[in-house]
Amino acid sequence: MVEQVRKLLEKRVESAAELDNLRQSILGKRDTSRTCISVCGGTACRASGAEAVVDAFIDEIERRELQVQVELKETGCHGFCERGPLVVIEPRKIFYQRVTPEDVGEIIGETIVAGRVVERLLYADPVTGQKVTYEPDVPFYKKQTRNIFGANGAIDPTNIEDYIASGGYSALSKVLTGMKPREIIEEVKKSGLRGRGGGGFPTGRKWQSCLEAEADIKYVICNADEGDPGAYQDRSLLEGNPHSVLEGMVIGAYAIGSNRGYIYVRNEYPLAVKHARIAIEQAMDYGLLGENILGSGFDFTVTINKGGGAFVCGESSALMASLEGKIGEPKAKYIHMSEKGLWDSPSLLNNVKTWANVPLIINKGADWYSKIGTAGSKGTMIFSLVGNINNTGLVEVPMGITLREMIFDIGGGIPNGKKFKAVQTGGPSGGCIPEQYLDTPVDFDELTKLGSMMGSGGMIVMDEDTCMVDVAKYFIEFLKGESCGKCTPCREGINRMSEILNAITQGKGKPEDLETLEDLAGILSAGALCALGQTAANPVMSTLKYFRDEYITHIEQKKCPAGVCRELIQYSIDPEQCVGCLRCLRSCPTGAITGEKREPHTLNQGLCIKCGACYDVCKFNAVIRQ
Amino acid sequence: MELTLDFPRVKAIVESYTEKVDSLIDSYAGNKEQLISLLQDIQAEFNYLPQDVLVKISQKLDIPLSQVFSVATFFRAFTLKPRGRHVVTVCLGTACHVKGGRRLVEKMERDYGIKPGETTGDMRFTLEAVNCLGCCALGPVVVVDGKYQSKVNPDKLDRVLRGYK
Repeated sequence: MVEQVRKLLEKRVESAAELDNLRQSILGKRDTSRTCISVCGGTACRASGAEAVVDAFIDEIERRELQVQVELKETGCHGFCERGPLVVIEPRKIFYQRVTPEDVGEIIGETIVAGRVVERLLYADPVTGQKVTYEPDVPFYKKQTRNIFGANGAIDPTNIEDYIASGGYSALSKVLTGMKPREIIEEVKKSGLRGRGGGGFPTGRKWQSCLEAEADIKYVICNADEGDPGAYQDRSLLEGNPHSVLEGMVIGAYAIGSNRGYIYVRNEYPLAVKHARIAIEQAMDYGLLGENILGSGFDFTVTINKGGGAFVCGESSALMASLEGKIGEPKAKYIHMSEKGLWDSPSLLNNVKTWANVPLIINKGADWYSKIGTAGSKGTMIFSLVGNINNTGLVEVPMGITLREMIFDIGGGIPNGKKFKAVQTGGPSGGCIPEQYLDTPVDFDELTKLGSMMGSGGMIVMDEDTCMVDVAKYFIEFLKGESCGKCTPCREGINRMSEILNAITQGKGKPEDLETLEDLAGILSAGALCALGQTAANPVMSTLKYFRDEYITHIEQKKCPAGVCRELIQYSIDPEQCVGCLRCLRSCPTGAITGEKREPHTLNQGLCIKCGACYDVCKFNAVIRQ
Repeated sequence: MELTLDFPRVKAIVESYTEKVDSLIDSYAGNKEQLISLLQDIQAEFNYLPQDVLVKISQKLDIPLSQVFSVATFFRAFTLKPRGRHVVTVCLGTACHVKGGRRLVEKMERDYGIKPGETTGDMRFTLEAVNCLGCCALGPVVVVDGKYQSKVNPDKLDRVLRGYK
């Protein structure tokens, strides 16, 4: 016990100078020329088998007794999830993709020992076939500006010394030793930082109203209840670089005069919870959280709260109700949370990414920061580029980049030679943007003008096989399940929209339905209590605006042009193309397909449940869907 | 079939259950506001929220039973019904949706007769549908007992589930 206490005291950093000394001593102990194998340990790479790759590296390094020469690091998400598991060999940044445990022996033998590159594990450009050796040269990374996300690949998120070595907590020490709260807030205001969670409210203004609210107790909250389906950048940031989020929170707490903080994180994100918990413990041990931070006399503690899986809890007042142990119902917002929030105290709530931007602004200055981006939206934004796109993953780009650059230059376009149809941004509150607006610069205001929104940064790309009525129905069904039911416009309005959209996709739509949908949308946006309801109609309205023809085809011709809406399509077998391979016959769950080997098969419409299994397995384009 | 009950064993199980519940609830004494965390702990322990435990929470922590129930039924993470040996979670986030996640739910319904939230009669599988698991690059995603499966199609789902008895 005494030994433990002594050890604890040793770790504690008591002043800004001591933090500098610690950083220098960590760096001094590190040999920058030493080879480091960094394996991506983000959730996506883990799902692709990264943990087995790490184990294989441990075994192989031990077997060859290379522990001294080689360092192995399991880092947070590198972003290029499509190609995982990813392995980067530092310091040269040799980039290996889709690595399996079987490749590990060769990587060690060839690259580490013999200094040669393993060609077959390199990224090959899908168009030219050209191989790329180094991580920064991969087209996916080349056009990005990874100010926030870049450190993920270099840091072991469970080791605070990695973060400190990379300059971590220097913004905190700068603030605690030389900046007054008002100066910090001025700096954040000047930077032009806007909330990264969805609304895009100016962060500095929020901080200021919290500072000016008079109260004995104030709270600082990190919103990691990333509910937008299709967005996972908050998760990856909290998993991969939790200290950057914590550092931002401590700075915010100092600026408004708060001693108590919460991280409200989704229950579905176990790894993020684990890493945030470790980060808090380590920061406490090092005196960067807790009492008398860096000897400044300022105290601040952070607790993690796991959410209960309700989308509405991403809304500030619902989130705070949930933190109080109540059901997550929003309140009317005539009083701002920054004045009367959690337990009626002034509460400063910011998104994970917003917090992670703060240390950067303090370190590099508002002038530097505000040079990045557009007139109304400063800095970079992390997007999750997913759906029907070649290079799925997380990308960080300066505000103002065009949708086309993101989807085609970084994302590598649409797979399987399909045509781009739309990109959905902003989650269930956002909308679908069609091809003619691909050259729009992406920022808060431009996306809103198109009837969509920035939201949390989800960007779901849809190809020609996507039915836009089905997409609208998908979001309305989502919101129907997530509406808390407190206010009538949202509870009833969304239900009516759901009924109408279901009817349209089943071929029971009426011409007047479209007008009714528009009426309902108006009622929702004017009458709903919180943003969930107010914006619920956006996916419907944007698809109606840009893809009205598709709705009309569903209603008048009872057809789904994309071949998605089950009641409106039919499968059949083209006897000219069918070679009688029996694959579809075997895959059919209802026995609707009959036929002999090498004879064209036939499909019995009466038995067909339109599950599409035959369509998926046919290699001869003999199954027709229309 | 003759049914014999090993009473000492049953008694021991009941006692250890009671003890676990009591100590879990007691660890939250004075922290009424952490009701959601407590329910998460209980659910992690028993894989559902037994009704008698909810009553106990209400009594021990002095929270109205109506509030305990409203929280337990409001949040998607909680279930009042026992779950099967294996929990199959199908992601229906937007990215998984456009890549065909819905068809996996339909397949479960066809093959095992369960809809989201339901459990097979033999307690082998519970099916859950979730709005996004944040693993969008690898959709459609299915998680079986915490293990992520990427790019799942109905065929792969079959193969994966065969490993869970």
